[in-house]
Amino acid sequence: MYTQAMDIPDDSGKKLAAVSNATSEQEAAFEARIDADGRIEPQDWMPEAYRKTLVRQISQHAHSEIVGMLPEGNWISRAPSLKRKAILIAKVQDEGGHGLYLYSAAETLGTSRDQMLEGLHSGKAKYSSIFNYPTLNWADVGVIGWLVDGAAIMNQVPLCRCSYGPYARAMVRVCKEESFHQRQGYEALLVMMKGTDEQRAMVQDAVNRYWWKCLAMFGPPDADSPHSAQGMRWGIKRISNDDLRQKFIDATVPQAKVLGVTLPDPDLKWNEARGHYDYGQIDWAEFWNTVEGNGPCNKERLATRVKAHNDGQWVRDAAQAYARKQKERALKEAA
Amino acid sequence: MNTPALKDWPLWEVFVRSKQGLEHKHCGSLHAADAAQALHMARDVYTRRQEGVSIWVVPSVAITASNPDDKGELFDPAADKIYRHPTFYEIPEEVGHM
Ligand SMILES: [Fe+2]
Ligand SMILES: [Fe+2]
Repeated sequence: MYTQAMDIPDDSGKKLAAVSNATSEQEAAFEARIDADGRIEPQDWMPEAYRKTLVRQISQHAHSEIVGMLPEGNWISRAPSLKRKAILIAKVQDEGGHGLYLYSAAETLGTSRDQMLEGLHSGKAKYSSIFNYPTLNWADVGVIGWLVDGAAIMNQVPLCRCSYGPYARAMVRVCKEESFHQRQGYEALLVMMKGTDEQRAMVQDAVNRYWWKCLAMFGPPDADSPHSAQGMRWGIKRISNDDLRQKFIDATVPQAKVLGVTLPDPDLKWNEARGHYDYGQIDWAEFWNTVEGNGPCNKERLATRVKAHNDGQWVRDAAQAYARKQKERALKEAA
Repeated sequence: MNTPALKDWPLWEVFVRSKQGLEHKHCGSLHAADAAQALHMARDVYTRRQEGVSIWVVPSVAITASNPDDKGELFDPAADKIYRHPTFYEIPEEVGHM
């Protein structure tokens, strides 16, 4: 999986039917349950803004899983061994599964799969920007597992305690599967680091290209995340963007050391007083430019996704025609 | 051009028995054209790591759920019937486990 700031504005959620105005009693019951750290379930009354925030966040999250299959999928046919190929297929299949868990969770909020796919395919809905960068060589696949899935895990673990039940349950399932993703990537890199100078250089190059983009995956600094406070209040977000980013950096520095790579940040150093690593400036202009559609692979990713969907149309039609036929046959036999 | 997605594939609820002897437990939902396809897809989506030995799929529309507004009416009456619990009864210690 993959989340970025879950407060990237997009159009999803706008099409939801307006729900009749709440009574103050319903509103009070909702607030009380949130205050008590209770869970909200699909049938429960909830404020429209809560519903819309969740639809946007869960659908962006689902889209990220689905689009996230593409950069790594490119390497399935070029994996260096049968073992690595089998691992990569399993990982990419997991990401597809994560997308499906999440679409189902979003559907419990009154949106439809059609609406969500339409949002993704038309470019209206966002997905994690990390997938708009290319995978240039095999080391990129390892680095994606180690750093991109690693960052995703940091983001997703707190979501297992999200106030919305179906989302939290989907996250529990996702998190159980993610740790294999990170470990297989790190292990693939360890193998390369024991190889030739050229292989080590490939790993370092991949780390150089992905490091800053992974830090940006946690979303804009807290000071620039106006929706974050509301998300925290509602128990949708549990840990702020900056705190998650810091946790990720603190966890990753020792891993980089064991691996034998340098993280490309001259300002990265341990701050005894803070008990954390200090780090340099993230290029937010580049981040927003990619979010807005101008990253190196935005167009390619979306086009690949839309093509895959359209190419699968005959399969969906055939399955439906077959189901209809079977039903008709059963009715005839019963008559 | 985009083609319509899954407009007519109904939603199914998936229940998985994790191990012989245990009950089937709800684990999620998915869209499928018919029951056979739903089973097939449930296998791929929910049991990639031997999470199950048996799967049920049920059309979501076939499920009747209680209304959250009726929660009090339905479940509160049980709240004051503490005599339904074994801990309500005091048994002399010398009787031992009962
Ligand atoms: Fe995932
Ligand atoms: Fe993953």
